[in-house]
Amino acid sequence: MTLHPTSPHFKKNAARALGDAELQVALSKVKRGFIDKRVAAAARLPEFEALRDQARDIKNHTLAHLDLYLERYEEKVTASGGHVHFARTAAEARDIVLAICREAGARTVTKGKSMIAEEIGLNAHLEAAGITPVETDLGEYIIQLRGEPPSHIIAPAVHVNATQVEQDFRRVHKGLDEKRDLSEPVKLLAEARAVLRERFLAADVGITGANFLVAETGTSIIVTNEGNGDLTQILPKTHIVLASIEKVVPTLEDVCQIIRVLARSATGQDMSVYTTLSTGPRRPGDLDGPENYHVIILDNGRSSMLNTNFQDMLRCIRCGACMNHCPVYQAVGGHAYGWVYPGPMGAVLTPSLIGVDKAGHLPNASTFCGRCESVCPVRIPLPKMMRHWREREFERHLSPAAMRSGLAFWGFFARRPALYTLAMRFAVSALALVGRSRGRFQRLPLASGWTAGRDFPAPQGGTFQAQWRRERRRSVG
Amino acid sequence: MSAREDVFASIRRSLGVTGNELPRRQVVADRIERAPKGLIPGRGQVEGDERIALFRREAELALATVAEVETAADVPRAVADFLRNHNLPAAIRMGEDLRLRTMPWEETALAVSRGRSDGGDINAVSHAFAGVAESGTLVMVSGPENPSTLNFLPDNHIVVVAAKDLVGDYEEALRKVRATYGRGQMPRTVNFITGPSRSGDIEQTLLLGAHGPRRLHVIVVRG
Repeated sequence: MTLHPTSPHFKKNAARALGDAELQVALSKVKRGFIDKRVAAAARLPEFEALRDQARDIKNHTLAHLDLYLERYEEKVTASGGHVHFARTAAEARDIVLAICREAGARTVTKGKSMIAEEIGLNAHLEAAGITPVETDLGEYIIQLRGEPPSHIIAPAVHVNATQVEQDFRRVHKGLDEKRDLSEPVKLLAEARAVLRERFLAADVGITGANFLVAETGTSIIVTNEGNGDLTQILPKTHIVLASIEKVVPTLEDVCQIIRVLARSATGQDMSVYTTLSTGPRRPGDLDGPENYHVIILDNGRSSMLNTNFQDMLRCIRCGACMNHCPVYQAVGGHAYGWVYPGPMGAVLTPSLIGVDKAGHLPNASTFCGRCESVCPVRIPLPKMMRHWREREFERHLSPAAMRSGLAFWGFFARRPALYTLAMRFAVSALALVGRSRGRFQRLPLASGWTAGRDFPAPQGGTFQAQWRRERRRSVG
Repeated sequence: MSAREDVFASIRRSLGVTGNELPRRQVVADRIERAPKGLIPGRGQVEGDERIALFRREAELALATVAEVETAADVPRAVADFLRNHNLPAAIRMGEDLRLRTMPWEETALAVSRGRSDGGDINAVSHAFAGVAESGTLVMVSGPENPSTLNFLPDNHIVVVAAKDLVGDYEEALRKVRATYGRGQMPRTVNFITGPSRSGDIEQTLLLGAHGPRRLHVIVVRG
């Protein structure tokens, strides 16, 4: 799926998701879980809003000096005995990983959660080369067993229920007592822990993502709750960090500012359980830790977003708050978006990375309610950027003919305010007159897309503009 | 061009820079040199007993358990008490950290083994480099005397932290790291640990002990 986006079929995907009863139950928990916890965590920190400004400013400053901070970061990693590799494309990044794995003679590779690994389609590439990748984040492990991509950037298996997990474990974990009790989540966790513990100890290479790369010290940082990322990187002989160019920040102090908004926005924790700072390979005298330390820094189209309408997207710290709060995501889940990054951040990022011709539906799948921007810890103007994509889609004649002629028709009136007012007055009175008896329409010409799923209410009380003028007069007078 | 050169060229083309502009280079060098602290939340800015109490409260909110003892010599008994109270085997593994080695373990019946963990240990004892009151976070640094595996492989992790090493905020803890290891230098691993391992990946149910320790017990040495 990673290599073959289904984003062009968003409408079909969304329709299927809306009819999926199990998915709808799972999604209803997103609302209760993430949103309430974020509110509580933010309320406990009076400086939360000001820290969001700090996080935004740090990211903006870094992006404006990105070349220099990356140079400094690379220099420090090399000085600490690690290796930095740059990759222009997903294919280059995959090949670098594979070459390092081959050099290490790897048969199995453990993986911490990494969205970059999803973006470059790493697992399929390793498998094709005879190397077994083992996902170790519980959610990632579950979807790997199911052969699915993640449906959320921090809760990859949020669409799966416990009964499905039990079925998958019984199918895959051979050699265990078939009558064992897996009726509760805690028992499923215990089984996954035991199975994966063996995998951790046997792995030849460990691959993690990175939440931050610190230019000051050449440090990579991961933030996790399970501890799987740590076992992934300290047990095997080789640790590979997969990152992208925008992960760099100037100093450790800057990291401290941003982590204060990261977990609060993501899971509603003050801090995730494990924030791990790694600098280079094992030191002389160390009893554990990897002997080889590699960092792969992926571009994959990001550098072209700098200094454009989409630069702000590079501030994203991958907390998932935008999707947790998105009415469209809550209705259709992550898979409908058809590629690695779902929700509002995906609707902006995906067209940048795979092309607006393939992902044009995504920025259109928005109500523009603005909740995503209102919760974004680095204040990315997501709705504005979706609008930019819609404009670009329109300019490149990618939007459907009916929509284009409809917009042209509307545009003709919108550019002539007097005519617009007149036409609206006429249309609204006509609709009000025709719909008077029932108060709604079950069918309307040119609006079948709307009326197929719900009734269109008959207008009452004149046009919006007329009502606006009346109300203003009343409040002023 | 190599991938590296291409990526830098593309960034610079987009930004409209060459990379040689002195003012830009100066801004970057200054920022790294000065490492400005940013906005420090008021929550952690308390001293003495209040700081210990805040650290304790926050660690407990993160589902760690906390005990306080007066002196380092009281630690072995506190460890034994914890293990007994939870019906855990009277055996621990720990590193060669001098602060731990000089404690009177012989006064307890605990079986002590040393060095890294290979995954077979039930209990580990470590000494923290610092603790952050703001969120009840422990700061652990790796080194020959402090193997990182002890922080993650055993089922129960007991961490000793000296009250004098408690700081208000993360920035202060990292300044302490910088003061110890040198500017721009870091130990191989620094672990910020806030509570025991957990996962919410099955139906968003909070479960402890995902891959790391199921229990995190902190012993604060006041004296």
